[in-house]
Amino acid sequence: MSNNNKKWFSLNLGRKDKESSGSCGCGKTSGGCGSHASETTEMTDEAFAEAAINASIGEERVKDGFEQVFDVKMDRRSAFKKLTASLLIGAGAVSTSCSMISGDESKEKAQIDWEEQFKGNYKLMTDEEKQATVDRLMRSYELRTGKNISMSSKNAEDDVLFGYAFNISKCQGYMDCVNACVEENNQDRDSQMQYIRIHEMKDGKGFNFNEADDNYYHEVPAEGHFYMGTQCFHCDNPPCVEVCPVQATWREADGLVVVDYDWCVGCRYCMAACPYDGRRFNWSKPEVPEAEVNHNQHYLGNRLRKKGVMEKCTFCVQRSRAGKNPACVEACPTGARIFGNLLDPKSTIRWVLENKKVFRLKEDLGTEPKFWYFMD
Amino acid sequence: MRRFKVLKSLIRDSLDTITHGSRKYHLWMAALTFIMLVGMYCYSIQLDQGLSVTGMTDKVSWGLYISNFTFLVGVAAAAVMLVMPTYVLKDIDFKQAVLIGEGVAVAALIMCLAFVIADMGGPSVLWHMIPGIGVFNFPNSMLTWDVLVLNGYLFLNITIPFYILFRHYQGKKSKKSVYVPGAFISVFWAVAIHLVTAFLYQGLQARPFWNNALLGPRFLASAFAAGPALIILVLAIIRSYTTFKIEDKTIKKIAMVVTVAAQINLIMLISELFKEFYAPTHHSESAYYLFFGLDGKNALLPWIWTAISLNVLATVILTFHKLRNNFKVLFFACFILFIAIWIEKGFGLIVPGFIPGPYGKIAEYTPTGIEIGVTLGIWALGAFVFTILAKTAIGIEIGKLRYKK
Ligand code: SF4
Ligand code: SF4
Repeated sequence: MSNNNKKWFSLNLGRKDKESSGSCGCGKTSGGCGSHASETTEMTDEAFAEAAINASIGEERVKDGFEQVFDVKMDRRSAFKKLTASLLIGAGAVSTSCSMISGDESKEKAQIDWEEQFKGNYKLMTDEEKQATVDRLMRSYELRTGKNISMSSKNAEDDVLFGYAFNISKCQGYMDCVNACVEENNQDRDSQMQYIRIHEMKDGKGFNFNEADDNYYHEVPAEGHFYMGTQCFHCDNPPCVEVCPVQATWREADGLVVVDYDWCVGCRYCMAACPYDGRRFNWSKPEVPEAEVNHNQHYLGNRLRKKGVMEKCTFCVQRSRAGKNPACVEACPTGARIFGNLLDPKSTIRWVLENKKVFRLKEDLGTEPKFWYFMD
Repeated sequence: MRRFKVLKSLIRDSLDTITHGSRKYHLWMAALTFIMLVGMYCYSIQLDQGLSVTGMTDKVSWGLYISNFTFLVGVAAAAVMLVMPTYVLKDIDFKQAVLIGEGVAVAALIMCLAFVIADMGGPSVLWHMIPGIGVFNFPNSMLTWDVLVLNGYLFLNITIPFYILFRHYQGKKSKKSVYVPGAFISVFWAVAIHLVTAFLYQGLQARPFWNNALLGPRFLASAFAAGPALIILVLAIIRSYTTFKIEDKTIKKIAMVVTVAAQINLIMLISELFKEFYAPTHHSESAYYLFFGLDGKNALLPWIWTAISLNVLATVILTFHKLRNNFKVLFFACFILFIAIWIEKGFGLIVPGFIPGPYGKIAEYTPTGIEIGVTLGIWALGAFVFTILAKTAIGIEIGKLRYKK
């Protein structure tokens, strides 16, 4: 994203001059970006199983995430494996995978667990490695539950930068977006995790968040009130990304700020750094009843999480990269939510930015949210 | 080869010393072990069920663990206040105290690392943070800086005393040319661990309570008050329970350090309060919450006012020579100062950073029993490590432990 491409108001406060898509490991600069994923998505069951086994056992044939960080051949890698084998972590996996009596399936399961425990950071993976981990995760889910899911590792497309606009005059506080989001993104039902918050504000008090109520249970729209939704704003200069000690969260080339749930160590530094309450943490093991699991998943999006990791709104990466609107946009009965490609001059979002008086929250912080508010 | 033999003998001898002692010593170690076991049990529950067993939530996402971590970094950094005069300024006086000070630093650093690990959601993938194997977001993330400087400081504080003790153990003198450069580095390093830890919070534009230029310097001042205060207390205990000779002069000199640091700390506190309350802005709300409560939510009020009164009282006591030179009064002042700074630089600093939340929501934080259990366990671990280190060091220094050829 070069600056002269920008068609919307920008404060440029505290903004570093970054290389184009430099904050993304799979951007054009590294040459790893592409849409090869689509070739492999349509596989027969057999081919898929073969690929999964290859991915998990044929270490020599399919590079996994380890090489990318190690960048050396097997010797150091296996040395590390031996080293860690003495640790408690994964000890169960070793014992199962070495045991003679266990069946093929549990052996495979253990193998997958092992590979998953020691894979690299998704951000730095090549497309093949991404595909391999996604295959492993799908196979693992099948082994565990007997059900199939489809998980995508689709990369960002060129010339796409996602943005969002929220019409304060239209929102009536129905919270259909909140429910649609929870269902779409497989959020923990036990703790009632929600990415979106709707703030109910009193007319005539301005945008007074302090007195707003984001936890109301009465009939809406309430007399004398208006509503304002917040979620992760997918900042263009996201402070949450800078602070992560392990680069488990980053900004993709299409502007989505995502988390690799398997790489996150759960330090919650990003949560402290986010000025918009955009992040949610899995304080305990997330529970989604099997019948309610959304099986259409993306590695960076709504795949099932584990305890002790960070998650957040991804603008429904599994939908938006497939050319659909996020679930909240689709669910909104009033049309208050607008989503689209900021680089497409004909998109609705661009029309809104050019023709409405838009503003963003806490612009003085220099975070450059890609989430605008406007009124009719 | 000879070195290995000496090392083996040293380890055997020190194992021997730490397993033998008076009844009181055994009781002390047994009590610590018991608390550690309780802490481990609590931690196993936390591992099993996740961090939901703590009082932390999405609203207040750091609590007791990170508070104690922050405070202990300060304690660790304080060892330097003793290192400097002894090694560098050739003030022989302090030599005895320095080994103890460095022992305190090692114990504090081990506690720091334990607190960070206790706070992690995924301790099993901690290797992601190891440079070279994982992905180390250096230099962007201040947390990676912190990991580096803390481990570097730990290394320095283990190697320097180890070298000295190792030489003394063989009845040799330690060579200045070896340890003085190390001591010099550790002086700068101590300031670094402190500033970097402050920058961890200071660099977050999302949290106005922390995003304040005075945070780093105030960290330093309070650290140089609390750390040496703890060392004075430890020296007092060692003096009365062992034959290790610590002169009054030494304690008085350290008391001087504590006094100056406490005074500077108080001045900075006044400056901070002035800024927050003379012309309060939207960003002063956290401070309002801390000192007066907001919307009837005032969980921190009793704590912070205790801290402030103890702080002022201790500083006043320390400021008067007559009072400071009376050891009973001095020890009392050090004790209350330590408690005051533990509150102030611990949860008095961390928790209000999250309150009110980004959209003005006030959700309070109360630690759970399990969290407190883990915390006590880690403190017991620190005391345990320190006792072992100190007992060996004292044994060598008073000549009881010597290498026999
Ligand atoms: S809103 Fe928060 S979580 Fe989302 S990109 Fe911005 S800083 Fe990060
Ligand atoms: S919680 Fe996870 S994503 Fe957030 S800073 Fe820590 S490791 Fe990075």
